Amino acid sequence: MSIYFPLAMILVVLGLHGLFVCAHPLRKVLALNVLSTGGFLLLVTTAAQSTPPDPVPHAMVLTGIVVTVSTTAVALTLVARRHPRNSNSTGGRSVS
Amino acid sequence: MNVPELWPALLVSIPLAGAVLGFVRMSLGPPLAQFTALTMIVITGFLPVSLIGQENQQHSLGGWGPPLGIDWRLDAMAAVLLLLAALVMGGATLYRAAAERAVDFKVEHDLFWPLWLFLWASLNALFLSADLFNVYVALELVSLAGVGLIALNGGTALAAAWRYFLAMMLGSGLYLVGVALIYGQYGTLDMIQTADALTVQSTTMTGAALISGGLLLKAAIFPLHIWLPSAHGRASVPVSAALSGVVVAASFYLLTRLWLGPFESLLEVGPPQLFGVLGVAAIIWGGLLALFQRRLKMLIAYSTVSQLGYAMLVFPLAATTAGSAHAQGGMVILLLSHGLAKAALFLAAGCIVLQQGHDRLDRLSGANRYSALAWLAFALAGASMVGIPPSGGFLAKWWLLQSALLAEQWLWISAIILGGALTAAYLFRALEPAVTLTAKETGKTPPLALNLAALMLAVAAWMVGLVPGAAESLLINRGEA
Repeated sequence: MSIYFPLAMILVVLGLHGLFVCAHPLRKVLALNVLSTGGFLLLVTTAAQSTPPDPVPHAMVLTGIVVTVSTTAVALTLVARRHPRNSNSTGGRSVS
Repeated sequence: MNVPELWPALLVSIPLAGAVLGFVRMSLGPPLAQFTALTMIVITGFLPVSLIGQENQQHSLGGWGPPLGIDWRLDAMAAVLLLLAALVMGGATLYRAAAERAVDFKVEHDLFWPLWLFLWASLNALFLSADLFNVYVALELVSLAGVGLIALNGGTALAAAWRYFLAMMLGSGLYLVGVALIYGQYGTLDMIQTADALTVQSTTMTGAALISGGLLLKAAIFPLHIWLPSAHGRASVPVSAALSGVVVAASFYLLTRLWLGPFESLLEVGPPQLFGVLGVAAIIWGGLLALFQRRLKMLIAYSTVSQLGYAMLVFPLAATTAGSAHAQGGMVILLLSHGLAKAALFLAAGCIVLQQGHDRLDRLSGANRYSALAWLAFALAGASMVGIPPSGGFLAKWWLLQSALLAEQWLWISAIILGGALTAAYLFRALEPAVTLTAKETGKTPPLALNLAALMLAVAAWMVGLVPGAAESLLINRGEA
C-alpha cells in the first residue's frame, strides 16, 4: 500500500481535530476543507491501485471539489453575516 | 400500471427549473412554487398506487447503466417519501404564500422561494438515487439549501444556521470518506451492485461505520441530536415544517436504505441492538426534554428527536425473521405520518404565534374564534403522533408493536408503550392552555389559508391510517406480490 493511504487518513483526522478544537469560525471552515481533501486523496489513491487508473474516482473528486467550493462559499458568507464588524480586524486569532 | 419513464425525471427537473427561474425573476417565486406543489402532489400521489403489486422501477440516467452511469430506483419506500415531501412542502408553500399576501406580515427575504424549490429538487433526487456518490451530492444540496433557509430569519437564526451547517458538513465529510473506503473495496457505487459484492471485513466495516455516523448525525439520532432544536426552533415556520418533517427523514431514509440493502450482511455481526438502544434513548430523552420546554416551537422540535427514536427500532426488529416485514412497513408509515403531523404542528404553532405574538407556553391564552382552527389542527396532529386509532401514527406504532410481539422483543415493546405515554404528556402540556384558560379577544387574525394548510396536513396524517389495506399491500406484502 502506498504512502498516500495513511496520508489521507492523517488528513481526515487532522480535519476532524480542527473542526472540534478550533474556536475561530474560519479555522473550522479550513478544517472542513482539510477533511474533504482527505476524502479526495483517498479516492485518488483508490484510482491509482488499478492499471490503467480507474476514471470513476476522478469524476467523483472533480464533483466533490465543486461541492466543496460551494459549501466553502456558503460558510464564508455565513461567517461574514454573523461577524459584520470584527471579521476583518481579528486576523487568524480566536474571536471567542 | 407502469410509471412512465419521464415522471421521475420531472420530479427533479420541475422544482430545479423553478428554483433557477425564481432566482432570475424574484417576483415569480410564489406562482412557480404553487405550480411545483401542484405537479409534485399529482405525480407523487400516483406513484405509490402504481407500485402496488408491481416491480420496483429502475431508471438509468442518460441510458448509462452502472458502474459508469447513475441509476435511479423507485421502490415503495422511495414512493412514500416522495409523497411525504410533496405534501409537507406543498402545505408549507400554501402557508408561506398566504402569509406573504397578508398585509401585516413582514416578508423577511426574497431569496426564500429559489432556496425552497432548490431544497425540494434535492430532496426528490435524494429519494430517487441508488448511487452512493450521487446521494452524497444530493445530501450536500439539501444541507446547503437548509442552511440558507434557516439563515434567512436573521438574528439568532444565524447562529443556529452556523451550528446546523457545521453538523451537516461534518456528517457529509464522514459519509464521503466512508464511500471512498467502500468504493476502494468493491469498485462500484451502485447500491445493488455493492450489495451483491459486499463481504464482511474490517475496511468495509470502517466504511459502513463512517457512513452511518455521518447519517446518524444528519438524522439527529440521539446522542447526535444537539444541533436540531435550535435549528428547527429558530427557522421560520414553513422551513421548520420542511426540516423537521422531511429533511431529517431523508437522512434516516438513507440509513435504512443502506442497512436494509447493501449493508444487510453486516447486520449479523454489526450493530442492530446498538441502533435499537440509541432509539430507546432518543424516545425517552427527547420526550423528557420536550416535556420541559418553555416555548411551543422548541417543544415541537424536541419531539422530532423523540419520534425518530421509534424509527430506529426498525433495525433490531428487521434483524429478527418473524417481525421483519411489519417493522419495515411500520418504519415507513412512521416517517410518513410523523412528517405530516410534525409539519401540521409547526404550521399550527405558526398561526398561534401570529395570533398571540409569542409562543411562551406559560403565557399562551386560551383558544378563541381566531385560533380555534389552528388549535384543532394542533390537536389532530398531536393525536396522530400519540397513536390514537385510526390515525397514521397509530398504524405505524401498531405495526412496530406487532413486529416486536412476533419477535418477542420485550425491551422494544416497553419502549414503544412508554414513548406513547411521554408523547401524550408533552402534547397535552402544549394543548392545556387552549382548553383550560379563558380566551382573550385580542390579537390579530391569521389568514384562513394559514390555518387550512395546517389542518390539511393534520388530516393527511389521519388519512394514512384510514387506508391500512393499501398500505399493507404496498409495504408489507410486496415480497409475495
